[in-house]
Amino acid sequence: MKKVIMGNHALSYGAMLSRSQVIAAYPITPQTQVVELLSEMCADGTLNAKFIKVESEHSAMAACIGASIAGARTFTATSSQGLALMHEMLHWSSGGRLPVVMGNINRSMAPGWSIWTDQNDSLSQRDTGWMQYYCASNQEVLDTVIQAFKVSEKLAIPSMVILDAFALSHTYEVVDIPDQAKVDAYLPPFNPPFRLTPDDPHAFGGLTGPEHYFELRYKLQKDMEKAPALIEETGREFEKMFGRYLGLVDAYRCEDAEIILVTSGTAGYTAHVAVDEMRGRGLKIGNLRMKVFRPFPFDTIRAILKKAKKVAVVDRNISYGYHGIFAQEVKAALLGHARVPVFSFIAGLGGRDITPASFREVVDYTVSRPEPEEEIAWIGVKK
Amino acid sequence: MSKQKKMTLTLPLEEYVGAGNLACQGCGANLALRYVLKALGQRTVLCIPACCWAVIDGAFPHSCMSVPIYHCAFETAASTATGVKAGLQMVGDLETTVVAWAGDGGTFDIGLQALSGAAERNEDIIYVCYDNEAYMNTGIQRSSATPLGAWTTTTPVKFFKDQPKKDIDAIMAAHRIPYQATASTSYPEDLFKKTKKAKGIRGTKFIHIYAPCPTGWKSRPEDAIKLGRMVVQNGIFPLYEIENGEKYTLNMKIKDKKPIDEYLKLQGRFRHLKPEQIKGMQEEVDLAWARLLKKCETDGA
Repeated sequence: MKKVIMGNHALSYGAMLSRSQVIAAYPITPQTQVVELLSEMCADGTLNAKFIKVESEHSAMAACIGASIAGARTFTATSSQGLALMHEMLHWSSGGRLPVVMGNINRSMAPGWSIWTDQNDSLSQRDTGWMQYYCASNQEVLDTVIQAFKVSEKLAIPSMVILDAFALSHTYEVVDIPDQAKVDAYLPPFNPPFRLTPDDPHAFGGLTGPEHYFELRYKLQKDMEKAPALIEETGREFEKMFGRYLGLVDAYRCEDAEIILVTSGTAGYTAHVAVDEMRGRGLKIGNLRMKVFRPFPFDTIRAILKKAKKVAVVDRNISYGYHGIFAQEVKAALLGHARVPVFSFIAGLGGRDITPASFREVVDYTVSRPEPEEEIAWIGVKK
Repeated sequence: MSKQKKMTLTLPLEEYVGAGNLACQGCGANLALRYVLKALGQRTVLCIPACCWAVIDGAFPHSCMSVPIYHCAFETAASTATGVKAGLQMVGDLETTVVAWAGDGGTFDIGLQALSGAAERNEDIIYVCYDNEAYMNTGIQRSSATPLGAWTTTTPVKFFKDQPKKDIDAIMAAHRIPYQATASTSYPEDLFKKTKKAKGIRGTKFIHIYAPCPTGWKSRPEDAIKLGRMVVQNGIFPLYEIENGEKYTLNMKIKDKKPIDEYLKLQGRFRHLKPEQIKGMQEEVDLAWARLLKKCETDGA
């Protein structure tokens, strides 16, 4: 069934179709519609789930952790300050190997108060052991929630499905809402090998000395390393059933491209428009929209970018004192694999628009220089 | 031959806290969980945040417990327990009792927000605070449960704690939860009865257990039971229940309320106090006792 829905509701439908059993959430702009619709679905019986209206995001994730260890499929959604407040519990859920799935609406961190988009909230959680999917359309949001549950539950690692504030969260698009029966066939019920029950009593997460802790973290990394192949496999399976492939990246006109833009989120679709326009002007240019950021898809990124003459990474985020975060990771991934100059651009912090003109500026800068002249080139900033 | 006296057992023999655990000598927290689990039985799940009990059950891969435990973050006993209860219900387990088992720091201080949230929503959990009146697991730092006048490593003798203990029971009463009670590890039958009662009530239950800590109080392990009795009989920690935040019942009447001096003398943490300071503390205890009697509508004797 096709419906015109906002990005936030795409998250809600994804959680509903995945038959989430426990949802614990706290409101924050611009996430509120996600949980409003879910609470309606729980109230009218569309979704058979417990909705816990907690008093903070910290408690939201703690409750999700409790529900997940009890064996229930668990979902929540937040944004920005809320995600930052959860930080401790993000480590707890991944360290406890609990496959919670969470929607995060990319919103800038205060101060000053900003409700508009950039990626510093989710990228600040880069090292918490969560998988991160950056989406660019409402359809992708809905589909990715379902896929994320499948991948998360197989690997016992939680997932964050991420979308831009307003640019996607409040933008209405036509979305195909799959049949429940087909989703059920794709995503079997959650059945973890260990759970908190008096029928098989165990102590989870207790004091763990140096003789054991290291191995637990080694195993988390080893399972994280299995994720890229599993995402591709479950993405192909999804394509067979629903006609839409869900991969690690979205490579657009990259095959013969001399300059490849690296983007993420909705700016990634804007870049498609800019690529078409500049191709019309005879520039051999492509766009690599990175969807999965954790685990980092090394092989895919290297295979695509090593053929380019120049790479221009456009980050809607910054690691202060360093680069844009995607740029630093792309550079590190290419080191020793390809001698391609990587240009680092920062654009669109705090919700400033990233338009096709922004990408023209990026490309003009990149074309006119053989190598980057400065660590960061700023797009659209009043210096 | 004289008639042999038969001793009647007042508590079940079943043990859910095994031997070989890491509690200190004379640990009240250890006794508290033993008694509570005797009342709750095997179909119980514990959510334990950072506190002495995060360590007492043993290091991975061992546990001295025969009931399952989820070790949760410091401030999340109530919120984790909320999630566990919801999760169990969704997978068809409607029977298991979910217990948040936290120390005073995890309850009075860092976990208070989550506890208030769970109580306001009236989550169907039993929240137990075993109160040893300081952060004992980290090495005796003051919490808001530390009593007036006490020494801790962060309230040294020259600057001993000059604020009274936070009234957590009044805070919980303000949430009008269906059932709450105070208890002392030196009155196990009373604690057992209250825990049984809590198990039979739906909604949020709060049990506040006085749990002596010889290590942190600088008292003798063999005085732990004595201290748990004295603190009730001198009115510092009376045993009472509150239903729906309104109906107060005094469970242990005191005919001859003792002065607090003897109780303080047995604990090194109060050794520095001068007679006039003890006199001031005695007046505070008497006032609080009088306020409680009024709420319980009894003369207390």
